[in-house]
Amino acid sequence: MADDIKVIVFKLGTEEYGIEVEKVQTIERMMPITRVPKTYSFIKGVINLRGVVIPVIDLRGRFGIQEAEHTDQTRIIIVNVNEMEVGFIVDSANDVIDLNRDSIDTPPDVVGGIKAKYLDGVAKIGEDRLLIMLNLTEVLNKSEIVQLESLEG
Amino acid sequence: MDMNQYLSMFIDESNDHLQSLNESMMGLEANPEDISIVQVIFRSAHTLKGMAATMGFEDLASLTHQMENVLDLVRNNKLRMQDFIFDTLFKSLDALESMVEDITGGGEGKADVTAIVSSLQAIVRGEVPAAAGAAAEVTAAAATTGDAQISLDEFQYSVLEQSLQEGHQVLYVDVAIRKDCQLKAVRAYMVFDLLERSGEVVKSFPSVQDIEQEKFDYGFSLYYITQKDASEIQRMILNLSEIDKVTAIALDQESLSQMAQEMSAATAEASPATPVQESAASAPATAPAASAAKEENGKSAPVRTGGAPSRTIRVDIERLDVLMNLFSELLIDRVRLEQLASEVQNGDLTETVEHMGRVSGDLQNIVMKLRMVPVDTVFNRFPRMVRDLAKSLDKKIDLVVTGAETELDRTVIDEIGDPLVHLLRNAVDHGVESIQDRLASGKSDTGTVNLRAFHSGNHVFIEIEDDGAGIKPQKILQSAIKKGIITQEQAAAYSDDEAIQLLFAPGFSTAEVISDVSGRGVGLDVVKSKITSLGGNVVVYSTPGKGTNFSVQLPLTLSIIAAMLVKIGSEKYAIPLSSIVETGIVKNTQIRTIHGNRMIEFRNSHIPLLSLSKFYAVPDFDESTEEETEIVVVRKGERLVALAVQDFIGQNEIVIKNLGKYLPEVQGISGATILGDGQVALIIDPNAFIK
Repeated sequence: MADDIKVIVFKLGTEEYGIEVEKVQTIERMMPITRVPKTYSFIKGVINLRGVVIPVIDLRGRFGIQEAEHTDQTRIIIVNVNEMEVGFIVDSANDVIDLNRDSIDTPPDVVGGIKAKYLDGVAKIGEDRLLIMLNLTEVLNKSEIVQLESLEG
Repeated sequence: MDMNQYLSMFIDESNDHLQSLNESMMGLEANPEDISIVQVIFRSAHTLKGMAATMGFEDLASLTHQMENVLDLVRNNKLRMQDFIFDTLFKSLDALESMVEDITGGGEGKADVTAIVSSLQAIVRGEVPAAAGAAAEVTAAAATTGDAQISLDEFQYSVLEQSLQEGHQVLYVDVAIRKDCQLKAVRAYMVFDLLERSGEVVKSFPSVQDIEQEKFDYGFSLYYITQKDASEIQRMILNLSEIDKVTAIALDQESLSQMAQEMSAATAEASPATPVQESAASAPATAPAASAAKEENGKSAPVRTGGAPSRTIRVDIERLDVLMNLFSELLIDRVRLEQLASEVQNGDLTETVEHMGRVSGDLQNIVMKLRMVPVDTVFNRFPRMVRDLAKSLDKKIDLVVTGAETELDRTVIDEIGDPLVHLLRNAVDHGVESIQDRLASGKSDTGTVNLRAFHSGNHVFIEIEDDGAGIKPQKILQSAIKKGIITQEQAAAYSDDEAIQLLFAPGFSTAEVISDVSGRGVGLDVVKSKITSLGGNVVVYSTPGKGTNFSVQLPLTLSIIAAMLVKIGSEKYAIPLSSIVETGIVKNTQIRTIHGNRMIEFRNSHIPLLSLSKFYAVPDFDESTEEETEIVVVRKGERLVALAVQDFIGQNEIVIKNLGKYLPEVQGISGATILGDGQVALIIDPNAFIK
């Protein structure tokens, strides 16, 4: 059963996340970001990626995790989903692994709440390494953001 | 096999073929005897059929196949093109177009075309009323009055014959309208309308077109198939007012054939004097006629074959965008190299960098030119549209297109189609008068609509001019007052020219009767706002009695604009120069507060002063500590607002980019641009500040 997928692994805090490699265009080092006023706070602004203007999202902010200082390890993962090009700021990204689809479980009930929507599932690699597979369509879904904002305040 | 990779090619080529089919059909309509045009049409249809079949679009292929059958008869001189054949073929083209559109939109290209297919098949079988075959025995109407009997060609004859065999009544009806009748065409129409309800008119003399245009005396005759008997029909027609006399004769097999024979004999002698053009043209392929036809072919051939095989290739617009982007990267590197060269002070290096500068300058020109497309790509669908419109409105209209080779940026081209359609419809519907009105005012019955495109400076102008009745300023003013757009007092102050521009006011529509063509609640104000949003402008000039001219001014390109770069804290913004009225400096003491709003005096009036740093929440700038404030006065229509900034950087040509699909709309921001140093600067949308 060669139902393997290649996954880019990145880190937010201590947790490891995965995005299918076909959806990733490039991984870039931090670069100057131009702030875009009057948008959601987790949208950090836009960058010039070889002549194309691309919005950049701080994935920590998107998930409601405390935002962190950018370091040498900070990366911008440029994804392309539903013809939308968006950059994700992540703490680090330095691994590509092969994953069997069968090893991905649906997210455990415990996670629950709004956050579970962003998850496609959880993959277990080796002994005690858990990889959270992102549901990019949901991460980029803006109508849902509105809902989230209104829930919070 | 995966066909998807060929799909876009298929769509592009189908659209090309449909376009050329449309054009050729129009050409053929103007010159119906030219078989060489039919050849062109046939080839196009054939290619289209082949492509559709290969791609598995069965409906498309089968419809084109039916069209081919008809065209094949025409090209082999077995069928003569006639109005209803044109109509059916045009309808087929429309159906094909919508199928291709469906495919473009990701559909299967399926459509219910049984009606069209069956009428195409009927044409092939020669079953359709008034189907005349060139190969048929020539029978022409020798008569000039309605009293004379009318001729039948082979097809019509066989139709009648068959109807008789099937037990229908075939009547020869002769109608005379009273000499004092005012609108005889209307009476004739009523007769036809009545007859069509309980049967089918096979052939009439004069032809239906001529009758519609009142090109007949006070009588007409026709062959009619029905279930009702002669006396009943006679009574029905007599019930209409202003009908003088009706004779309806039931024909049987024998009298029918006798009639046809008599007629053809009569025509053979009378043919030189035949008043009906179409019968003369359908003369048997005798030597003189054939050579005449050849001559005609010879004459029109160079016009059509003039275009050499086009030496162009098709490029995906996205690839051009990528090219543009890569190119702007190169420009940024160039600036960086120039800086380095001036630091290093090496002669050879400086020279090389300078040369590179020149080459990239030329390259930029070429890249920009690649995006330029002739307006022809928009214009080419208009002749067909105007034809159909004129037909449905019963008007005669000549569309004269000039300057179709004028080039515009692709982005502008994509947007300009709809407003132009609206303006053209307007010209045809409201501009050009009806045939009667035109004749009454001493004009020719055919109206002219000029569609012109030309360059002027940094702009392209597109004008739509008709020679219709023009617009009466007084009427506009009255209507505007009635609709509450302006007050009576205001109206008094309007000049004629200003009054006419009211056409563009929101909620205005001059059409007194909402017709099928226009007035569906979308007014010229929509056209205006569309064009304005493209950075253009539209004005209208009109001379009562002489006609109306809508002049649309458009920027050459949308992707590059002149802008003023300003600095607020560490951020840079670009303000489109087109909306800037003035820049200046105001002292803090000149700023007043009215109702909590900061205002400044500007040209004898007070305008609001808006802090950009506050509006955009710029983190590292606070102008309240400054003694003087740099301001940019921007405008939307008549209204002005002053924007406070920190510093002016200067004027620059900028390439407009959007913020990406994820950020489709941000309040106060209309896009972004990449500056020489690679940094992204946002473009301010001045409209956001003026409500």
